[in-house]
Amino acid sequence: MAQVPIADGIFTWPSDQPQLIGSRCTLCQIVTFPAQVSCPRCPSTAMEEHLLARRGRLWAWTTQDFPPPSPPYAGPTGDAFVPFGVGYVELGGEVRVEARLTEADPSALTQGMEMELVLVPFRDRDGDEVMTFAFRPVG
Amino acid sequence: MDVAIVGVGLHPFGRFPGVSGIEMGAIAIRRALGDAGVEWRDIQFAFGGSYEVDNPDAVVALLGLTGIPFTDVYNGCATAASALTLASDTIRLGDHGLGIAVGMDKHLPGAFSADPRQYACPSWYGELGQFVTTKFFGMKINKYMHDHGISHSTLAKVVAKNLRNGALNENAFRRKPLSEDEILGSPMLNYPLTQYMFCSPDEGAAAVVLCRAEDARRYTDTPIYLRATTVRTRRLGAFEVHSPWLPVEETVGPTVDASRAAFEIAGLGPEDVDVIQLQDTDAGAEIIHLAENGFCCDGDQEALVADGALEIGGALPVNTDGGLIANGEPIGASGLRQVHEIVLQLRAQAGDRQVPGRPKVGYTQLYGAPGTAGVSILSI
Repeated sequence: MAQVPIADGIFTWPSDQPQLIGSRCTLCQIVTFPAQVSCPRCPSTAMEEHLLARRGRLWAWTTQDFPPPSPPYAGPTGDAFVPFGVGYVELGGEVRVEARLTEADPSALTQGMEMELVLVPFRDRDGDEVMTFAFRPVG
Repeated sequence: MDVAIVGVGLHPFGRFPGVSGIEMGAIAIRRALGDAGVEWRDIQFAFGGSYEVDNPDAVVALLGLTGIPFTDVYNGCATAASALTLASDTIRLGDHGLGIAVGMDKHLPGAFSADPRQYACPSWYGELGQFVTTKFFGMKINKYMHDHGISHSTLAKVVAKNLRNGALNENAFRRKPLSEDEILGSPMLNYPLTQYMFCSPDEGAAAVVLCRAEDARRYTDTPIYLRATTVRTRRLGAFEVHSPWLPVEETVGPTVDASRAAFEIAGLGPEDVDVIQLQDTDAGAEIIHLAENGFCCDGDQEALVADGALEIGGALPVNTDGGLIANGEPIGASGLRQVHEIVLQLRAQAGDRQVPGRPKVGYTQLYGAPGTAGVSILSI
């Protein structure tokens, strides 16, 4: 089964040390994820690609314990659904990215803990394994 | 030009198989007209809010085709605040003297859903299951509890209080009180929020008749004055629903901006308010909104809830009709249901759930996706 990214241009692919692909405004320096064509602050259109740090701190989190409404959710439902964590991770002191967490047990998650970017399988699609980004606790 | 509310009407909130959203809207309007002692043909303009009903103005087919300007509005969970603001402004501008704001909706059970691209979010955000409003509310209160020392028990106490209030409200959807243990023990949906800590999308309608303040006593002996009504959207740095990313710079949310603006317009402060309606999409939202609207400092809620301050007989009565938790949320009608309750409270017509001591100033607040808030301040 071939692995394919969930979308082009949101993380480096293929890569042993994956990084999220954001953008930075060349005028005001704000960093966005995913990349935008215009700045949400200036609002200029002078945006450039900017790779985000692979590690950061968990700023806020919760768990998703029920299958989200489909559509738009396209992952496993019913008995196949596995609860997942969701949180914002602050990367490089310049942006907070919302992402899946590999950990869904509230007792294993703490605000401020160090997290690291990983790529994980999300679902099967037309014989391919769709990969997405997530953060896992470090150590 | 000041504006007064001279009539309110409600179609009960809940689930009503076979009754359309438009029909519920017509019933709410007739009740508001009856309350004001006017006829539909007296109404000079209308604003109608709904999510599910494409054209709320189609309600004229059930009321009378009088040719009035009838404008439909949709602004997420702040739809009713927008209808009320526009109706109020129409009178303030002097265009018309007597009008109506109505909201109606009829949702299917279950969490709201939409195409994330309609919210300027990428498709993959929805595909991954992150385009979920309840998840945002879980994350916001989880962080708030961590930062400000709020306990799980306090979440349950807020729900129990709103369900007790709902039991006193014949128009409420959920009228069965639950114990704190039952609330905490219901299935976890988005940590720390359990199933019974969330409101449900449901059905209902509400309507408000407004006029020039100087004309109000033609219609009623108990006019309620609309002292301010504001709508605000999020600024960069606010922690908001449906945000794939946030900047590290932080600012307050749109509720804080709408609240401050409304108090300034009204020339009043939080200390002047006697009865409060807050957007309790979930138990955490009521706790956070209490501070965001200026009624306490962050973290004070733990002691306020424990001391019963938010109860009908407390110092800060919040959601005396049961709020969204007991009434559910028909989006277009929800904010006018809040106004309906405040009007009854200020007229001392709220029966078993009447706030003691003749409240003089009431307050309502709405909040919803994608970061929109509405506030109104009313007084006798």
